[in-house]
Amino acid sequence: MNTAVTDLGELIGREYKEGFVTDIEADTLPPGLDEGVIRFLSAKKNEPDFVLEWRLDAFRRWQDMKQPNWAQVRHAPIDFQAISYYSAPKSDADRPKSLDEVDPKLLETYEKLGIPLAEQKVLAGIAVDVVFDSVSVATTFKDKLAKIGVIFCPLSEALENHPDLVRQYLGSVVPATDNFYAALNSAVFTEGSFVYIPKGVRCPMELSTYFRINALNTGQFERTLIIADEGSYVSYLEGCTAPMRDENQLHAAVVELVALKDAQIKYSTVQNWYPGDEEGRGGIYNFVTKRGVCRGDNAKISWTQVETGSAITWKYPSVLLEGDSSVGEFYSVALTNNCQQADTGTKMVHIGRNTSSTIISKGISAGRGQNAYRGLVKVLKGAENARNYSQCDSLLMGDRCGAHTFPYVEVKNPTATVEHEATTSKIGEDQLFYCRQRGLSEEDAVSMIVNGFCKEVFRELPMEFAVEAQKLLGISLEGAVG
Amino acid sequence: MLKISKLTATVDGKAILNGLDLEVGPGEVHAIMGPNGSGKSTLANVIAGREGYEVTGGSISFLGQDLLSMAPEERAREGVFLAFQYPVEIPGVANVYLLKEAVNAARRHRDEAKLDAMDFLKLVREKLKLVQMKEEFLYRSVNEGFSGGEKKRNEIFQMAMLEPRLAVLDETDSGLDIDALKIVAGGVNALRAPDRSVILVTHYQRLLDHIVPDRVHVLAGGRIVRSGDKSLALELEAQGYGWVESDPSVVSAA
Repeated sequence: MNTAVTDLGELIGREYKEGFVTDIEADTLPPGLDEGVIRFLSAKKNEPDFVLEWRLDAFRRWQDMKQPNWAQVRHAPIDFQAISYYSAPKSDADRPKSLDEVDPKLLETYEKLGIPLAEQKVLAGIAVDVVFDSVSVATTFKDKLAKIGVIFCPLSEALENHPDLVRQYLGSVVPATDNFYAALNSAVFTEGSFVYIPKGVRCPMELSTYFRINALNTGQFERTLIIADEGSYVSYLEGCTAPMRDENQLHAAVVELVALKDAQIKYSTVQNWYPGDEEGRGGIYNFVTKRGVCRGDNAKISWTQVETGSAITWKYPSVLLEGDSSVGEFYSVALTNNCQQADTGTKMVHIGRNTSSTIISKGISAGRGQNAYRGLVKVLKGAENARNYSQCDSLLMGDRCGAHTFPYVEVKNPTATVEHEATTSKIGEDQLFYCRQRGLSEEDAVSMIVNGFCKEVFRELPMEFAVEAQKLLGISLEGAVG
Repeated sequence: MLKISKLTATVDGKAILNGLDLEVGPGEVHAIMGPNGSGKSTLANVIAGREGYEVTGGSISFLGQDLLSMAPEERAREGVFLAFQYPVEIPGVANVYLLKEAVNAARRHRDEAKLDAMDFLKLVREKLKLVQMKEEFLYRSVNEGFSGGEKKRNEIFQMAMLEPRLAVLDETDSGLDIDALKIVAGGVNALRAPDRSVILVTHYQRLLDHIVPDRVHVLAGGRIVRSGDKSLALELEAQGYGWVESDPSVVSAA
């Protein structure tokens, strides 16, 4: 139907719904990066000396490193001297003690996103550690968590109050020199969250952070560290949106997870940063290093991600399966529309005996989007009876987009069982017609079919996140067929 | 109910319908028979508004409205239902979910409130009985892994839920064993109503043993070459389609 195609054109042209900028005066460092900047950052945070040394070491090594170029993404060279490495809301000195003291504009921002902090706090029982640019401005439910020994706070606070704990684990999963972006992050990280779950404690609520990138030309370099001590459990949610902006913004976060014996960490992400406009102008560059280690027997780490935003996504949440019978999981939905590019996947490294991993990846490409799954399953010599199951499905909408699959398998132990399944399908005209014949609009039909395609991943998300993810997918795909 | 005049249509540039006339009154069941390639399925798809079936002339009026100017979903909401010859699979989407969306889309169109969960479930259970299907069937993905018979029963089930004004059954009997055929026919018969018309597109007479039509039309070369009552179907069964195609008088008889 020609009429339908025209409507689709309009829908594709729809503007990014979360695109707005909050006007809060930022205390921003001029662009540029040298040792002086790093010393400034460290002093600003009153960091212990070991952190400064660690930062400087990372910086020196970073200077000798090159940006990786193996990913299936293209972008103009990034000038790291043109980026400002610090921006904090002005009221940093006296942080608000409660929501009443939080800048109303900030609260307004969250309300526009449909996630009023106050309401979320009460209704959902979620402790929220908000990262607004580089400084946390609100932390809730801290007392309740503190009673059972759970530490959930900004990383800078953890460095002040629990330096030994941080020192023990910081960089122990993602070393400072792991890769170009991780090294950069190690040198200049400004904020992030720290979580410690004591032995045998099941964290009674989902822990959640809400990231936004706001101040102009400020890259964000969060660093998150989560430690689940023996026999503990935690579910952590990370959700992001960013206001509309013309400049490309760099985001290079590092997330480290440590699960000790019998511990479980479930880490879920919904990422909806500004993807750039239809022509590929603007949008976030998202170069993230996420890795977890199962450091004891029967430990389990599960990554679930729904990636609908960013101009470029470069992200491989991975699990090192050191402990015997430890389990790694990766569930991913990555969507690219217009000119978005995603190169994402996982690494499962089997080290202990009887370790198992599951990889379910759903890539959706629409418009001129390019979507690559890149994954490595590595079974080391000592990993007797390791098992992996990988399933990578790609869904194409239209004929200008692309889907690519790069599965790498390295097996050094003959007892391993490694399975890989991959499918690529086009969203069927016949599926669409079937739904429309039953009275559904084309838009609803697309959303329903795509949500069906992603079901195996969505059911891994905590309930409230699953709802948000489905909504996002619908918004991101409206009219992507045609 | 439905009035088709001088309808011509092409598929991939090839003329398939060549001036088809058909009138179906309220409550009537019409059978469209004909050999392969005569245009039966094209007619069904043109009525439903499928892309790739290009109407080059003529008109279709449905309840006094110009059907051809409407998008497929509008036609559906107005009460046009197509039971597909090959129902598609939609992985990950529960049967009941599609149904709920479909029923509510039609209700919204009629300015009616959404069915609440209890009423919906009650309706679903009642209609499931019609096609003798178990409730677990609701929670399976749409047509995924269904047998041929289950797919066709699912079509009739959806039809029962949507209560269309005009149902077009495109070779619903194909690929059915006799038990499934009886269930499907029973479902259709139960849905016969004074304000509901049915077009049965079929190859074989055997469906018409179970769903007795008011009129039978023979389609050949993209137009209706012969019309009659149910005895025409028996005549066709006895003599084969060669009889209508080779008989020069049939063209003028149309």
